[in-house]
Amino acid sequence: MSNSATTAWRAGWSRGLIELRQSLTNAGDLFNHCFWPVLMLITTYFLRDVSFGQTAFSLGTLAVPSILGMNAGMAMITMSQHLTADREDGTLLRAKATPNGMTGYLIGKIVMVSGGLVVDLAIFLIPGLLLVPGLVVAGPGSWLTLLWVFLLGLVATLPIGAVLGSVFTSARGQGLLQLPMLGLIAVSGVFYPITVLPEWAQAIAQVFPVYWLGLGMRSALLPDGAVAVEIGESWRHLETAGVLAAWAVLGLAVAPIVLRRMARGESGSTVAARRERALQRVA
Amino acid sequence: MATSRVVLDVGGLRMRYGTTDVLRDVSFQAYQGEVLCLLGPNGAGKTTTIEIMEGFRMRSAGQVEVLGEDPARGDERWRARVGVVLQSWRDHGKWRVRELLAHLGRYYAAYSTPSIARPWDADRLVAAVGLTEQAGRKIRTLSGGQRRRLDVAIGLVGRPELIFLDEPTAGLDPVARRGFHELIEGLAGETTVLLTTHDLAEAERLADRIVVLDGGRIIADGTPGQLAEQIAGEDEVRWRHDGRGHRHTTRESTPFVRGLFDRYGAAIEHLEVRRASLEDTYLSLVRHAETRAEAEPRNQEGRLR
Repeated sequence: MSNSATTAWRAGWSRGLIELRQSLTNAGDLFNHCFWPVLMLITTYFLRDVSFGQTAFSLGTLAVPSILGMNAGMAMITMSQHLTADREDGTLLRAKATPNGMTGYLIGKIVMVSGGLVVDLAIFLIPGLLLVPGLVVAGPGSWLTLLWVFLLGLVATLPIGAVLGSVFTSARGQGLLQLPMLGLIAVSGVFYPITVLPEWAQAIAQVFPVYWLGLGMRSALLPDGAVAVEIGESWRHLETAGVLAAWAVLGLAVAPIVLRRMARGESGSTVAARRERALQRVA
Repeated sequence: MATSRVVLDVGGLRMRYGTTDVLRDVSFQAYQGEVLCLLGPNGAGKTTTIEIMEGFRMRSAGQVEVLGEDPARGDERWRARVGVVLQSWRDHGKWRVRELLAHLGRYYAAYSTPSIARPWDADRLVAAVGLTEQAGRKIRTLSGGQRRRLDVAIGLVGRPELIFLDEPTAGLDPVARRGFHELIEGLAGETTVLLTTHDLAEAERLADRIVVLDGGRIIADGTPGQLAEQIAGEDEVRWRHDGRGHRHTTRESTPFVRGLFDRYGAAIEHLEVRRASLEDTYLSLVRHAETRAEAEPRNQEGRLR
């Protein structure tokens, strides 16, 4: 690797840490970090005594790892929102005007979004473990599974998020993205086991990463008996790795092309024109 | 000051959107260390021209060389030698002034050469643009003028050999504008500066050479003095004789006045000679270009050149 590329990787890394620190030290961002995890905690707390069917497991217990998986999947949306916002305010153009700046920018974004996600997951998981009974974090096996599902999940969702962020040019377009995402969460067995859903819904869910992230997290945090409520009564680690890896390959193949094309179109006047449109909407 | 080394060479540049030409046969050069001003009314094509030179926009036809390379194919090494200040930046609002300068400077370190040590030290740069007091402030809390000076500092952080400034003083109050001009004047010599403006006084104050762009073509090119002298600029002579006021416009005011005295001697009263100001020149240029564009079909060569 050349000297300049090493510099850009290092600069990107520190850029990510700086932005992560910024997002943890201002009230607005801090609120965003806490909002969903706290809301989810409240939900699972009320679900902790509601048992599912004939099983010994409460919905709350099942939901904690599923929500963890869902949140990991939401990193895709976060990534995409950051990209759109950074296009709108010219951050991306600044990166383009800096030598190796795009590399630094992307690495910085990955570090920041992943780091932010770890914080979000911790805000949810740590109290969750205390409040909701029946979760097992016994031994390194659980943590190891948690770790590989989390990391593979990031590689699967962040590039796709970057692609979506390049496709949608405005914050408003980003809003449109939320709807299908909510639909996807609804069928992905996050709040209720997927086996009770109709088969077509199960089929849709199994195409996308959210379901597999949830399944992987459940396999890490639930006792072995809980596998009974899963499709085929199996944790399907191989399939989980396979589907997530497929998304990762797809994302990593498409993202550089889409990002490059998007970056090529950025100039002072495109940023200004977009701002003009945004202002007109406000007015 | 300016040397004879060409750092920016534009020839026959054309930009076409659909069937509309926004730039037609634009040709000019800039020399090392020079402050070159691209002057023209709004919509003249200044931003398009500068974006092509920055490598942010593909041209339709023509040659462009910036620091010896085609900006459309400029690599990161080329990028490191060029500074860019856009019309307005709003990025990195959560960052602090010094923090951002130090961060962006890091990317340039790999592009140091024996003669040019990159980047500038962040503290020195902060001081140079007069933001020492704001160094620890969040960027979004800066005033318009302070933000503008930060933008210039960012444009300079990699110690560019050439810096592009697109309408750098648009929207600044007179005090901020003054501070900005002093900043640019301080750059002259080491860095070649290309700036666009629609403000004539600004061009006159800062530029070693002015290129006037109107309706997508260059209608004049020269030093402020040459522009005022050579092109269409006519002095105005007023006098009174026999109790009546007279007014005459001429490009040769000195011989004309001598002729007046030869004819009327001491009977000339209230003599007044007003030199063509650059503003007159500029306005008459732009007005000429407008009438010509209306009267003639497009794509003809500018006659004023």
